[in-house]
Amino acid sequence: MSEQTNHLFEFLLRQGDNALVLGHRTSQWCGVGPALEEDIALANTALDLIGQTQLWLGYAAEVEGNNRSANDLAFLRDAYDFRNILMMEVPNEDFGRTLMRQFMFDTYQVPWLTELQNSSNERVAAIAAKSVKEARYHLERSRETVIALGDGTEESNSRMQNALDYLWPYCGEIFGADEVDHAMSEQGVAPVPSTLKGTWRACVERALSEAFLVIPNSEFAHSGGRTGFRHTEHLGHMLATMQTLQRSYPGAEW
Amino acid sequence: MYAQMVKSTGKGVQALEDMSPQDRAFQERIDRGEKIEPKDWMPDAYRKNLIRQIGQHAHSEIVGQLPEGNWITRAPTLERKANLLAKVQDEAGHGLYLYCAAETLGVSRDELFEMLHCGKMKYSSIFNYPTLTWADMGAVGWLVDGAAIMNQVPLQRTSYGPYARAMVRICKEESFHQRQGYHIMIKMAKEGTADQKRMAQDAFNRFWYPALMMFGPSDKDSVHSAQSMAWKIKMNTNDELRQKFVDETVPQAKFLSLTVPDERLMFNEETGHYDYSEPDWNEFMDVISGNGPCNTDRLEARKKAWREGSWVREGMMAHADKKAQCKIAAE
Ligand SMILES: [Fe+2]
Ligand SMILES: [Fe+2]
Ligand SMILES: [Fe+2]
Repeated sequence: MSEQTNHLFEFLLRQGDNALVLGHRTSQWCGVGPALEEDIALANTALDLIGQTQLWLGYAAEVEGNNRSANDLAFLRDAYDFRNILMMEVPNEDFGRTLMRQFMFDTYQVPWLTELQNSSNERVAAIAAKSVKEARYHLERSRETVIALGDGTEESNSRMQNALDYLWPYCGEIFGADEVDHAMSEQGVAPVPSTLKGTWRACVERALSEAFLVIPNSEFAHSGGRTGFRHTEHLGHMLATMQTLQRSYPGAEW
Repeated sequence: MYAQMVKSTGKGVQALEDMSPQDRAFQERIDRGEKIEPKDWMPDAYRKNLIRQIGQHAHSEIVGQLPEGNWITRAPTLERKANLLAKVQDEAGHGLYLYCAAETLGVSRDELFEMLHCGKMKYSSIFNYPTLTWADMGAVGWLVDGAAIMNQVPLQRTSYGPYARAMVRICKEESFHQRQGYHIMIKMAKEGTADQKRMAQDAFNRFWYPALMMFGPSDKDSVHSAQSMAWKIKMNTNDELRQKFVDETVPQAKFLSLTVPDERLMFNEETGHYDYSEPDWNEFMDVISGNGPCNTDRLEARKKAWREGSWVREGMMAHADKKAQCKIAAE
């Protein structure tokens, strides 16, 4: 693979793996949501994310040119080959953390995918154009829910604050600016994610103040997911579950 | 079926001439094929029976999410994962329509949940069986959704309007589920590897009799049917539906090269139907009375979800109340 192809492949894995891992986490709620309406809404979000995964990883597999499919990438890579940010893989814990994570991610995805619609790479632009509609809808819902639960009762407020405190150090990783990011920017494929931080922060602050939630006073950020250098312990368990059939019965079709 | 052994509150079916004028007028409306709507007068027993039946059906949909939800995180491909998730989400939707239909009879969703959680209301016996391999996703879709369709297609003509309309929406989705399940079986039982074929046969062996039990006890032992049939909230007898299910399913199993786990199964030229062995009704009674393989876990999973969701529901309500008060204050 040329360096240029490799950069594009890495970039596509980052998009696809974020969608895949978050989609998987969200799908874990199916059947046990706090109310039927929430159960259905969470499944919708998970379905959108799995659909986005198919597009991103499908294109990644083509770019790689190694005769692999989106399914091969999803089910036959090991943890260190995953390129999602760490925030996607931490456990759901409770509905509060699940929705807070969704909100943090959506607040980024909307401006990010909006930019990607102007990508010099037509395939990227097309996937972004489809995904951004879903992301806008997800943001509307996650934002409303975070505000409602932050405002709601003493307990719901403190649970949302806990979720925020836990997730905050994982947010910074979204705004990378490494070799892959710069290469994508030079080719006009995508902006450098760090350039969106101001927009993101302003939206997050506005919503969280409406939700009576306090942003932790720390800029510390975990990293290691989008490069694959060091994932959390959680990803291995998730993949052990997710990949079990493909790993146990090599070559079988389902 | 999804509503098995719904206890009838009537004292047996009365002849028209023995009824009070009001009851008689009501029965005549039903006999003419009219739909009963929420605001119409209806006998107390009709209302109570319907609440039990629709409630039990609704509970079956949401408890039914659990055995299939068990495989969402292990689905073997992205397509299968999306299909299964969408299917289980549909079941939540079915639950929602049915709870809404029950609400038109004057019982709230929360009250129905309460009765499910304390064991006063039941759900279909089928969901107390475990799902052990991916082939179970095929078997459940094919057999369980298939059996559900047998029962629910005629219920589209049931006498209670909101229930009949809910059934119309639900039936469309159920047939899609059945095809999806059958397709999983084709992939595994017909086109699959030796391992996959073994999984498919094993799943079929475990789900065949429980699927037959879904139609409820044999007609000769079914004490609750007559009144429900007179009221057209039950359209066929248990044995009629079971026979129809066997007749349709056996050729499908043959097509899949699966062996029906019943040595006595044989096509009867005279009747034009398959003769088959009855399921073990003692096992059925065990499952119904709480001793199925998964009863305790299924109910606990529902209660846990409800308990752990309480802060969310309360938080949302509190927020909605505050917003409403702000609006009043601003006016
Ligand atoms: Fe259903
Ligand atoms: Fe159903
Ligand atoms: Fe179904």
